[in-house]
Amino acid sequence: MTVSKIWVLAEATDGKVATTTLEILAKARQLADTVEVVTAAGAEIAAEVGAHGATKVFTVGGTDGKLLGAPIAGAMAAAIESGNAPDVILMATSYTGRDVAGRLSVKIDAPVITNVVDLVESDGRLAGVVPIFGGVTDVSTKFTTDNVDIFLIRPKSFAAEESGGAAASVEELTVPDLGATGAAVVTSRFVEEKTGPSLDEAAVVVSGGRGLGEKENYQLVEDLAKLLQAAPGASRAIVDAGWVPYSYQVGQTGKVVKPSLYIAAGISGATQHLVGMKGSKNIIAINKDAEAPIFAVSDLGIVGDVHKVLPKLIEALQARS
Amino acid sequence: MANLVAESEFLLSVLSEPQSQGMLLGMNVVVCVKQIPDPADPGALDPQTNTLKRDGKLILDESDSYGVEMALQLVDTAGGGEVTLVSMAPNGEVSGLRTALAMGAAKAVLVSDEALAGSGALSTSKVLAKAILRAGEADLILTATESSDGYTGVVPEQIAELLQLPSITFAKEITIEGNTLKVQRQTEAGYDEVESPLPAVVSVTAGVVEPRYPSFKGIMAAKSKPVDQVTLADLEIDPSSVGWAGGGQEIVLVAQAESRAGGTIIEDDGEGFQKIVDLLAELKVI
Ligand SMILES: Cc1cc2nc3c(=O)[nH]c(=O)nc-3n(C[C@H](O)[C@H](O)[C@H](O)COP(=O)(O)OP(=O)(O)OC[C@H]3O[C@@H](n4cnc5c(N)ncnc54)[C@H](O)[C@@H]3O)c2cc1C
Ligand SMILES: Cc1cc2nc3c(=O)[nH]c(=O)nc-3n(C[C@H](O)[C@H](O)[C@H](O)COP(=O)(O)OP(=O)(O)OC[C@H]3O[C@@H](n4cnc5c(N)ncnc54)[C@H](O)[C@@H]3O)c2cc1C
Repeated sequence: MTVSKIWVLAEATDGKVATTTLEILAKARQLADTVEVVTAAGAEIAAEVGAHGATKVFTVGGTDGKLLGAPIAGAMAAAIESGNAPDVILMATSYTGRDVAGRLSVKIDAPVITNVVDLVESDGRLAGVVPIFGGVTDVSTKFTTDNVDIFLIRPKSFAAEESGGAAASVEELTVPDLGATGAAVVTSRFVEEKTGPSLDEAAVVVSGGRGLGEKENYQLVEDLAKLLQAAPGASRAIVDAGWVPYSYQVGQTGKVVKPSLYIAAGISGATQHLVGMKGSKNIIAINKDAEAPIFAVSDLGIVGDVHKVLPKLIEALQARS
Repeated sequence: MANLVAESEFLLSVLSEPQSQGMLLGMNVVVCVKQIPDPADPGALDPQTNTLKRDGKLILDESDSYGVEMALQLVDTAGGGEVTLVSMAPNGEVSGLRTALAMGAAKAVLVSDEALAGSGALSTSKVLAKAILRAGEADLILTATESSDGYTGVVPEQIAELLQLPSITFAKEITIEGNTLKVQRQTEAGYDEVESPLPAVVSVTAGVVEPRYPSFKGIMAAKSKPVDQVTLADLEIDPSSVGWAGGGQEIVLVAQAESRAGGTIIEDDGEGFQKIVDLLAELKVI
C-alpha cells in the first residue's frame, strides 16, 4: 500500500451516498490500508460506505441549514490538530468538496491539487494526474510538504464498486466555534423539474449547442433524446443564452458524463466541453463545419446542417418504433 | 497555524464594521479579477518550469466580467460607494484591469512581484487577502467561481477563511437588504436561497448577468483611474511563503494523454442520418 490512511469526504442526499463519493472510495481502498469517511450526512450512511470499503464514519453534526464548507473544514482541522491526521484527504470537485477543501487548506496551511482524474504512486506518496489543454496533456503533481495531502477529484474518474465490507463504525467529530465563517445559512431550496433519465446516469446523452440556431430548435434535441431514452444535455453557450437550465450543461463547469453513446448536435467541441464528454464510449457529432474540433473525438461525424439531419433522423426512428 | 489565525484576527479588525440596521447608505465592493493569457491562443507549457506560459499580453478573464458587472449594479442599487479591483499578475500587467476600470470600477490594487512566479492557489489567496485589506473598507468581496486558466476553484473559500468571513459560492443572483446578503446559489438540481451577514465573500457564476461594454468615455476615463501597484514587501508577505518557494508541490510527470482513434467523418448528402441509424443499431441503442 502506498499510504496508510485516507479520509474521503462523503456527500449524500436524503441518506443516499453520492456516486462521486463511491467512485472515490473504490480508488481509495486500492491505495491505502485504512479508508475512513467524514460526513455531514450522519450515521445513517455507515452501512453504505462500509459496503464500499470505509471502516469508520466521522460525523459532523449541527450543520442543519448551514453551508457545509466551514463546519466540515473546522471539524477536520480540529481532528487533525489533535493528532488524528490521515496521510491524504480526497474530496470530489463538487460544490461542497471545493468549499471544504478551500477552507481546510487555509486552516492547516496545506495546498490543494485540484481537477484530478487519476491518482498514481510516486516514491511512496500519491501524485494527482490532471489533464490540461482540454485533455491533450496529463500533468502528474505531488506534494513536497510534511502536511496532509488534499486532492480534489473530478466525477467519473473511477468506477464505483462494492467491497462487501461491514457497516463502518461511527464517531462524532467536534465542530469548533466558527465565528463569522459559519454564518451562511440556506433559507429555501428550489428544484428544477426535469423528466427522463439524469445526465449522470443515462446510457445515452444527446446534447445541443449554439449551432441549433435558436431556443425553439432545442426541441429537436428533446425529441431525439426521448426516442433513445437518452438524457438531453447542452453546451455552455446555450445555457448562458438561457435556452436550457444550468443542470443541462456538460463540460468543465458542468457535468462530466461517460455514457455509452454521446451525440453532439451543433456543438463546436471547445476544450471545456470536451473534458466533460470525451470519456464517452461512442461519440456521434453533427456539425456543418468540417474543421470543428468535435470531429477529432468522434467515432462518426456528419458534416451537415442540424436542421436537415436531425428531423430526418427523428423521422426514421419514429418510423421504426 | 496559530500565526495565521492571529493574523486573520488582526485583518478582520480592518474590515468594515457592520453598519447599523437598515441604514446601508452605499456600499463598497471589492472584485478580484484575474488577468490571463487570451484563451483563444493555444496554451503552452514553459519547458523549464512546466507552468503555463504567461509571456504574451494578458486580458481580463471573461469569468470575472460577471463579478465586475454585478458589483457595479449593487453599488448602483445601494445609491453610493465604489467598486475596487484587486489583481495579482506578473510584470505589472494592467491591460485586463483597464478593461474592468473602463466598465466602471473606480480604482485597483495590483500585486506584482517576481517572487510570485509559480504560485499555487493557496499562495495566490494569501496575497489576494492582504491586497483586499489594502483596498480599503469592503462590505462585499466578489470573485468568479473559477478562473478560465487555472480553474482550481478553491481561491474564493481560501480568501474567505484567511479573512475569517462567511462565504457563499456559485451565486446566480445577489441582493442586499440592510446588512443581510441574500444569494441564489446554484446547485446540482436548481438553486438554494442562502443568507449571510455582511461583510462576506461571494463567488459569482459565469453567464448570470450581461457584462456591459465599456463606452468610449469609460475607456478614456479608465486611463487615469488609480492603480495602486504593490510588491510583497508592501503587503508584508514573506517571499519564501509564496511562489515556487511556498508552493509545496512538485510536478513529477508531463505526458501526452491517450487520444481517441479517429472515426469516420462523412459529408451529409441528404442520407447522413442513415449512417447514424446504422450505428445506433450496431450499438444496440435501437
Ligand atoms: C472557464 C470556462 C469554462 C467553460 N465551461 C464550459 C462547460 O462546462 N461546457 C461547455 O460546453 N462550454 C464551456 N465553456 C465554453 C466553451 O469554451 C465554448 O464557448 C462552448 O462550449 C461553445 O458552445 P457551442 O459549441 O454550443 O458553441 P460554438 O462554439 O459557437 O459552436 C457552435 C457550432 O455549431 C456549428 N453550427 C452552426 N450552425 C450549424 C448548423 N446549422 N448545423 C450544424 N452545425 C452548425 C458551428 O460550426 C459551430 O461549430 C467554458 C469556457 C470557459 C472560459
Ligand atoms: C492548468 C493549471 C492547473 C493548476 N492546478 C493547480 C492546483 O492543482 N493547485 C494549485 O494550488 N494551483 C494550481 N494551479 C495554479 C493556480 O491556477 C494559480 O495559482 C492561480 O493563481 C490561482 O488559482 P486559480 O486561478 O485556479 O483560482 P480559482 O479558484 O479558479 O479562481 C477563482 C477566482 O479567484 C480570483 N482569482 C484567482 N486568481 C487571481 C489573481 N491572480 N488575481 C485576482 N483574482 C484572482 C478570480 O476571481 C478567479 O476567477 C494551476 C494552474 C494551471 C494553469
